Amino acid sequence: MEYFTQQLINGVTLGSIYGLIAIGYTMVYGIIGMINFAHGEVYMIGAFVSMITFLILTMIGGVWLPLALLAALIMAMLFTSIWGWTIERMAYRPLRGSFRLAPLISAIGMSIFLQNLVQVLQGARVKPMQALISGGFEIMEKDGFTVTISYLQIFIIILTIVLMTIFTLIINKTSLGRAQRATEQDRTMAALIGVNVDRTISTTFVMGAALAAVAGLMVTLYYGVIDFYIGFLAGMKAFTAAVLGGIGSLPGAMLGGLLIGLIEAFWSGYFTIEYKDVAAFSILVLVLIFRPTGLLGKPEIEKV
Amino acid sequence: MSDQSQEVSGVPLLEVEHLTMRFGGLVAIGDLSFTAMREQITALIGPNGAGKTTVFNCLTGFYKPTEGRLTLHHPVKQEKFYLEQMDGFRIPQVAGVARTFQNIRLFGNMTVLENLLVAQHNNLMRASGFSIFGLLGLPNYKHSEAEAVELAKHWLNQVGLYNKADWNAGNLPYGDQRRLEIARAMCTRPQALCLDEPAAGLNPKETLEMNELFQHIKEVEKIGLLLIEHDMSMVMEVSDHVVVLDYGRKISDGTPEHVKNDPAVIRAYLGEEEDEELPPEVAQDMEGENA
Amino acid sequence: MSVQNQKLDMLALLKEAGIAALIAAALALPLAGFKTFDLNGTLTVEPRFNHVLIAAVVVFFGRLLISIGQKTFLPPIGQAAGNTAGSIGHIINKNKTLLLVLLLAAAIIFPFSPMANRHSLDLAVYVLIYVMLGWGLNIVVGLAGLLDLGYVAFYAVGAYSYALLATTYDLSFWICLPMAGIFAASFGIILGFPVLRLRGDYLAIVTLGFGEIIRVILLNWYEFTGGPDGIASIPKPSFFGLAEFSKRGKDGLPPFHELMGIEYSSLNKFIFFYFLIMALALITNLFTLRIRKLPVGRAWEALREDETACRSLGINPTNTKLSAFAIGAMFAGFAGSFFATRQGFISPESFTFIESAIILAIVVLGGMGSQVGVVLASLLLVLGPEIFRELAEYRMLAFGGLMVLVMVWKPRGLLSNRAPTIRLHNEDPSEQGAAK
Repeated sequence: MEYFTQQLINGVTLGSIYGLIAIGYTMVYGIIGMINFAHGEVYMIGAFVSMITFLILTMIGGVWLPLALLAALIMAMLFTSIWGWTIERMAYRPLRGSFRLAPLISAIGMSIFLQNLVQVLQGARVKPMQALISGGFEIMEKDGFTVTISYLQIFIIILTIVLMTIFTLIINKTSLGRAQRATEQDRTMAALIGVNVDRTISTTFVMGAALAAVAGLMVTLYYGVIDFYIGFLAGMKAFTAAVLGGIGSLPGAMLGGLLIGLIEAFWSGYFTIEYKDVAAFSILVLVLIFRPTGLLGKPEIEKV
Repeated sequence: MSDQSQEVSGVPLLEVEHLTMRFGGLVAIGDLSFTAMREQITALIGPNGAGKTTVFNCLTGFYKPTEGRLTLHHPVKQEKFYLEQMDGFRIPQVAGVARTFQNIRLFGNMTVLENLLVAQHNNLMRASGFSIFGLLGLPNYKHSEAEAVELAKHWLNQVGLYNKADWNAGNLPYGDQRRLEIARAMCTRPQALCLDEPAAGLNPKETLEMNELFQHIKEVEKIGLLLIEHDMSMVMEVSDHVVVLDYGRKISDGTPEHVKNDPAVIRAYLGEEEDEELPPEVAQDMEGENA
Repeated sequence: MSVQNQKLDMLALLKEAGIAALIAAALALPLAGFKTFDLNGTLTVEPRFNHVLIAAVVVFFGRLLISIGQKTFLPPIGQAAGNTAGSIGHIINKNKTLLLVLLLAAAIIFPFSPMANRHSLDLAVYVLIYVMLGWGLNIVVGLAGLLDLGYVAFYAVGAYSYALLATTYDLSFWICLPMAGIFAASFGIILGFPVLRLRGDYLAIVTLGFGEIIRVILLNWYEFTGGPDGIASIPKPSFFGLAEFSKRGKDGLPPFHELMGIEYSSLNKFIFFYFLIMALALITNLFTLRIRKLPVGRAWEALREDETACRSLGINPTNTKLSAFAIGAMFAGFAGSFFATRQGFISPESFTFIESAIILAIVVLGGMGSQVGVVLASLLLVLGPEIFRELAEYRMLAFGGLMVLVMVWKPRGLLSNRAPTIRLHNEDPSEQGAAK
């Protein structure tokens, strides 16, 4: 039971991170119907920006921790958003309306490009960083096994909840959200009624990138180790989460992220850790085969 | 509703019984029944959103109907096929129901002739021994391919595209594309041909040629045609039988003559005020055939 | 466009370039502006602002040049380039047979020319493996339009099938080769059956996932696959069971040079490998050329064009896709067993996602469905990095960038001329099409 609770806490933390990345996939898919294959790399860039911000702050000298976190959060969201915007502008926008596989192939190219760009700029070695937030609460103890929830885990979970609330409000209440939903329904019609479609799509990429940056920040703090390759696996898992939850659905992405995080934590906890990535991929395959609309997705009616 | 129906005589080809199609809460078709006859042209008409294309999608297996029975009486195989139980691709393959699409769906980067050969896929596939004889270049496959080309040539001549056989289908002018799609459907050797707005976007001359093509298919090929059409004068001129839908329900069924004078139809097209005059173009359309 | 718009509005252009430079600087600032490095065991950063400056300056002038170019000299150049590419494509199509004969003759003469040495032959074999994989994947992606991002999985299945069969059961290459193909095709069918119903991009992700699953299994199933250590001392093929390439011969087979009555040369083995992979690649090619003209090949292309229309014509989409998927997998299996025998050693490292991406890039850059395009793209993507060895670090960077650029510039690939599989009339219809 104690072991179970511990895995549950770990799973929810991991799931929050996947969920934040998954939102980027789901929003982009919802609005232009493409899989932004480079989104995992956007998250990786977010992780690098946050790490570099922390390192700069350390170099300058001691900064009050909450301030450092806030600074890293803002820097990561800001710079990663610019990357997200640029990627859409350069690699995807020219291909809108082109034949259907072209944007996906372009996205794969972009993903390879970004991975290697970071490798060239920052080196191939893994980047370890000392822990910034340590310590935590001991929730229960039995037979020498202690269940702990670290301050970091609390930080991650609370930050995720706050961001999710803000984003849900933006999508549901603001004119930007309305423009997004209109563009999603019918791009031509949206343009006719005065929605700036290009800007709406750009904003979607920027929002997705900003959330991925937060996930990058969390991972940097949580694992303390990053490298240029982390985007690939995390991206795949987050995409799985988006599909599992029902691609196009925001709550679905969060739910899917949580489930993938939990599955991974329990799989590593109870089975072999080697096959934990296989578990995520197998779930992806199974979901796509048996429930391609995901848990919260709407069924697609084929228009003939 | 049935009191407004008028019996149309003929040999039944396609029986639609109590067809219902719901999307979530929306009832696209509600309890629709009608029968299309062999060697006749049956038109499905009705205002936009009346569920005409949905009927076609149910008939050709793109949608699984929520309820209802769709029976095809195959005149050659002397067999009944329940279309609602069949996989989409088996409906043209086994039951012989072919269709065209409202937004033309050709294989744009393939040539006209190739489009017509793809339509004969199942025959050719058998003849090529599921590709094994074909890969070895055995003569019986060559023979079947030559036959397939002959059939394709026949239909190319019928639709006047013989000289453009090697064009990419996507490069054809609009009217040619419409006719090619019909030729392609005919190359599957269907018993029933469902045409979804075949005259949309055609000029009057092309529409006239289209009418002649339908008459030819009906009289020479002796199959049944189902037609969704907005062009009233065309419907009244070519159809033997008209079924009128409104909001997914049948409001009239019978000969063009019967339907034209049915008050329910006039109401559906013109709104509730019965004594309102017909707009001139509709009146003209409807009378065009009488004159 | 009005005349005024066409005039060079220098101020606006400068502003535009300035904005682009600002964005470039913002992009570069966190990633290039600071370099992380290890200082006595702790990670630290040093500023490197000159990189940011360089990025901004390059983008500023690059953007300016392109904007001015777009209004003055680029359109004619673009048009000329388009025309040249078009006419080159046209020439290639017109003289296809001649070109192919020339290429083939060159390929056959090459191992006997003075250029042939161990290194160049190895390189040629390397290129040919990719040509074969490209032609194999072309069936799946180019003809049937199924985006397969896990093609390398079938390559791995082929390689491991041969390696395991040959090392465990001591079977000869010539028995294992077809078996490896059959294994790979079976894997294709098992995977394909449930997933081929999915729409294009879902299929892509599932195949990618499948490729990763296979790799992780190879990596962790230590007893069976040797895990990360892989499988070593995989036997070399005999000369069709007639002779051996060692100096003395073994397993009761005479040495090759004695059988042929020629001088012993250590190159003989490599020349044999070269011709072997060339033959395998050519078989793939001839198979594709042939099957394109058969009903199933036409159905593949029709599916690529419009699946809905295919269903309305009575074509079973799942079976048709499955056949393309399985046949593509089979050729990957053949290529895999060749790879295993040539290397003599295989490990999961050779079968990463990036391999799938390279093969896909070869197909896409070459022009979907174009057989000649695959050869050109293989030469470009495989030989190019070899020639610029010193810049190896930038190889994948350029590779990814190139993929994006080609997609943006020519979404259908460089050589994307499609030849009809059958003609009714003799005259060239492309003229009529072009006249339109």
